Order: sequence, then structure tokens, then C-alpha cells
Amino acid sequence: MTEIESKLLEFQDRIDRDERIEAKDWMPEEYRRSLIRQIGQHAHSEIVGMLPEGNWITRAPNLRRKAILLSKVQDEAGHGLYLYSAAETLGIDRDTMIDELHSGKAKYSSIFNYPTISWADMGAIGWLVDGAAIVNQVALCRTSFGPYARAMVRICKEESFHQRQGYEIMLDLCKGSSDQKAMAQDALNRWWWPSLMMFGPSDKDSPNTAQSMAWRIKRFTNDELRQKFVDMTVPQAEILGIKIPDDKLKWNEERRHYDFDEINWEEFYSVVKGNGPCNRQRIEARKKAHEQGQWVRDAALAYAEKRSKKIA
Amino acid sequence: MTNWPLFEVFIRSKNGLDHKHVGSLHASDDNMAIENARDVYSRRMEGVSIWVVESKHITASDPKENSAFFEPAEDKIYRHPTFYHLPDELKHM
Amino acid sequence: MSLNNYLLFLADSSLILGQRLGEWCGHGPVLEQDIAMTNIALDYIGRSRLLYQYVAELEGNQKTENDYAYLRSEREFKNLLLTEHPNIDFAYTVTRQFFLDSFFVPYFTDLSKSKNEKLAHIAAKSLKESQYHLRWSSEWIIRLGDGTEESHQRIQTAVDRLWEYTGELFVESEYESELFFQEIAPDLKAIKSAWNQSVQSILSEATLQRPKDHWFQSGGKNGIHTEYLGYILADLQYLQRAYPGLNW
Repeated sequence: MTEIESKLLEFQDRIDRDERIEAKDWMPEEYRRSLIRQIGQHAHSEIVGMLPEGNWITRAPNLRRKAILLSKVQDEAGHGLYLYSAAETLGIDRDTMIDELHSGKAKYSSIFNYPTISWADMGAIGWLVDGAAIVNQVALCRTSFGPYARAMVRICKEESFHQRQGYEIMLDLCKGSSDQKAMAQDALNRWWWPSLMMFGPSDKDSPNTAQSMAWRIKRFTNDELRQKFVDMTVPQAEILGIKIPDDKLKWNEERRHYDFDEINWEEFYSVVKGNGPCNRQRIEARKKAHEQGQWVRDAALAYAEKRSKKIA
Repeated sequence: MTNWPLFEVFIRSKNGLDHKHVGSLHASDDNMAIENARDVYSRRMEGVSIWVVESKHITASDPKENSAFFEPAEDKIYRHPTFYHLPDELKHM
Repeated sequence: MSLNNYLLFLADSSLILGQRLGEWCGHGPVLEQDIAMTNIALDYIGRSRLLYQYVAELEGNQKTENDYAYLRSEREFKNLLLTEHPNIDFAYTVTRQFFLDSFFVPYFTDLSKSKNEKLAHIAAKSLKESQYHLRWSSEWIIRLGDGTEESHQRIQTAVDRLWEYTGELFVESEYESELFFQEIAPDLKAIKSAWNQSVQSILSEATLQRPKDHWFQSGGKNGIHTEYLGYILADLQYLQRAYPGLNW
């Protein structure tokens, strides 16, 4: 057995014993690369995810909602920050990750490429998008890489209000005027399928899943998590009294799960490739913020250097 | 120019407890690092005191040497109170 | 009536500034500062709510904070002109904040001793927030002023361009004078000298020029605004105006 083979075995042993891997520990290059890719994607999703909801901050319908929305979108900035930091422990810096986002090399969750065209979308995003994110993230709190798991624990703690505030928006709309209820139904119609797509390709088309599961980066498959989300969400829609846009959705007594229709994978891959309604606008907005912030970041560094010279 | 330097953040959640590492962030100087830590890591009243230190100033033990560092303590069980067999009549020792 | 107008002046100034700062959310120059500016925005939105709730309590008639924020028109808003100025860039935003924070710190220090207990209480809470904001904005004024050539020029331009809106801080409206006589509102003359001192000292530490005093814009306190406010309100009030009387 070569040295690398024995290291690999030992590493897998640690994983199988459910030990956490820390940043300075030996790890296979591919484990490191997968993590950087996954944590980076996750961080980018938080940051790009600020934009669709940020779109309604100035237009929130009352002061309470405005404060809630602001602090929620702010949390997303915080979550992006925690995740970038977790990735940085693996030896990549934030600027490099941001450049990869801007150049299109790094991906982010496609859900944020859909537009927010009514206030009800703030409700649907909180309820469905954050709901789906939580299903994913709770599973990730036990991921094998320590810094990632710790960031997820923190994020899950903070996110617990996100879904509730979204559901509350939906509840108020559904109890409101017919216009408001129609707004809520329309938002559900538009966000339902993209939310299911958030769990990624189905297991049979997900090439990375097996290795990620073996390394316990992922602890459940895409389809398992998607099913869990559907099972959780159907009764919530019933309470709201609005209809999930899927005629095949039905409780399956034998499986003890809901059956649901096939996702439109053509749309899924098309949005992933950059052809969603807002792909271009989202990246342009992020690039603009970053480029227009360059002089600010430079100035702060220049000032810090001058000051440390003065002290020295 | 380059990234702002990375800082590690430690927060004391209430008086009487240790500062605990909570994460990291970027800042251009120490003042900003403290403020950023306040804004990023204490939005929900998580702390009463914050420490920040530039990450490059932390010296860490090397996990490759973990066996030399930590395993020699393993057989010194006499350092733990449960090592000693004392009569049951003896309370509170 | 003077007290109501005065509360609306403070509340509107807080709300409009909070609204402007909220526009940065998701677009800041660096993640950490995005979060910092949103924190300041949240302080201002929170402050406006306390003040609107107090007016609502005074007026009765089942009015709520939202009636004031969402159902009054441009001419009824009494916010300072400075608060409605667009963000333009980080330099303008920091400068606007610095001029206002330098004002609010001595202002709330004084107001926290007001004869009106409720107002004194709100002022004491606001003071803590503003002290932190002032720390943030003065440090940035210094960093940008004494940073690079570009940042120096940008921040000097912002200082020069926003200067004409600072005079209004100290132009006393009728409702302010009346409340000053009742020992409810602060003495603007005293605030002015504190403001001048703090602005002067930070600007010089930042190697920036204090602009010459010439003509100052005013009118906000009496509902005469720049053209910017109409657009702010069009966004802010859109849903309440489009679907009147609903619960959200």
C-alpha cells in the first residue's frame, strides 16, 4: 500500500467513525475541492439571494414588515459571510470566490434567477425557498467538515425566523381581500416548482452524490430531501387554503409519502446554464456593487497602511 | 489591491464565561474589525465583550503532530478524580 | 399640535433616512459594511416607529404608525432635506450620515432631559444608537479622507455638495421654538456649536476642507422638499396606496 492509499483509508475511517475533519487536517484533494465548490456555491446563493428580496425593501407594505424584511436580507449577508469564512479555512480567499461568481465559473442556487414581481413573493420565498433551504441546511449541520458544520448550526439558528415570517405574510394575504388571496396563489404557482428544483437534479442524474455521501459532506440524497420538503409543505398549503400547482400531487398510503409530478428538467438545466429570467441582472448587480466598492476597499487599506507606518 | 485581512472573532456571551471563537471576518484595521464583529456576530444580543485578532497572529498546533502532542496524556489517568477508590461513607471529596 | 408636528418631524427624518440606507442592502462595497449599513437603517426604522406610535397615541382615532408613514403626502412630510438626499455613492452616504450623526448625538443628549418623559425616553434610546453611528461615520470620513487620492477627492466632493443641506439642521421651525419654550425640545444654538466643533475636528483629522458657509437650503421641516421625496414616497407607499385599507 502506498502512503497516499493508507492516508486515504485512514481518512475514510475517520469519516466512518463520524469524526469531524478540521481545516488543518490531512484531506484528499478531491474532498477539499468538493467542499470549496459546495461551500462557495452555498455562500454565493446567500449573497445573490439578497437581491430578489432586496427588491421589495423600499416597498414593504408597513413598517413592521419593512423592519423584518431588512433584517432578514441582512441575515443572508451574514450567512454568506459565515460560509465564505468556512471556505477560507480551506485555503481559498473570498476575492477569488467572488471573482468566480462574477465570471460565471461558480454557480449559485437557480431559484434566485426568478423575479419577485409582487409582495406575495416575499411570503412565498420565506415559506418555500427558506423552507427548502432549511431542509437542506439542517442536514448539513452534521456534515463532516467542522467549519462548514459550525457555520450551518449558526445559520440554522438564525434562519428559524425566516420561514415563519414568510408563512405569516402568506397567512395575512390568505385571510385578506380577494386581491390579496389571488396574489398569494399566484406566488405559490410561480415559486412551487423552482423550490422543488432547489434540491438539485434527481439522484439518478447526480454524479457527485455518491462520493459526497461517502465523505458525509452530504448526508441525504437530493430526492430524499425533496420528498421531505414536499411532505412538510403540503399540509402548510392546506392551512393557507391555496392550491399547490400539481394535479398529480397525492398522498400515497403505501409509501407514507406524497407522490408528485415530474419536475420540468429542461427548465431546470436551462436556468442553471444561465437562461433564467434574471440570471444576467443578478450577476450584473453583484459585479456593480463589487466594482463600485473597489475604491472604498482600497482607501481603507491605504489608510490602515499609513497609520501603521505612523505608529511604527 | 488585495483583500482586507482576515480576523478571528471571540465573544463572551455573558460575564463569568470565557470568550469563545465564533467565526471570522474581514476588516481593514482593528477598529473596523471590532465594529464589524459587533455588526456581524452580535446582532441577536450574543455577547457582552468581543475580542478580535488578525488570523495571521494565531499560532496553531499541527494536526500531523497530534499523536506526539496529545496521546502522552492518555495514560495519565491518575490525573482524574475518578481514578481513586475511596470508601462510600466518605461524602463530598 | 406643536408636539405632534415635532414628533412627525423626528419620525419622518428617521423613516426617510432609514429608507435611503435600506437601499444599500445587497449592494454595499463589502459584505461587512453592507451589514453595518443595514444595522443603521434598522435603528432608524425602529426609531421612526416609536415616534409614529407616540403621535398615534396622542391623536387617538385608532390611528397607527402606518397611517403616518404610508398615507401622508410630500407636503405633509417634515423630514430634514439631508435625509432624502440620494445615496449617490459610499462617500455621499457616509457624509450624509456623519453630518446627521454629529447633529443627533448632542441633540438626543439634550432631548433625553426633556420635560416630556416619553420623548426623553425615546431620546435616551436613540442616543445610544447615534453614538455608535457617529463612531462608524467619523471613522469612515477619516479613512476615506486620508486614504487614497480618489477617496479623498470623492469624500471632499460629497462634503462640499451636501454642505448646503446642513444649515437646515439649525433653522428653528415654529413648532420647535414653541417646544423649546416649553422645555421639551433642545436649544438649537447650543447644538449648533457642538456640531461645528465635532465636524471641524473630524474633517481636519481626515485632511478635508470645511466648506465656506454660504446659502443653505431649507424647507423640509415645513413640508417643502427636494424633488427626491416624491419618488421615495412613491416606492414606500405603493402598496398601501394601490390597495387601500388592507392588512399586510
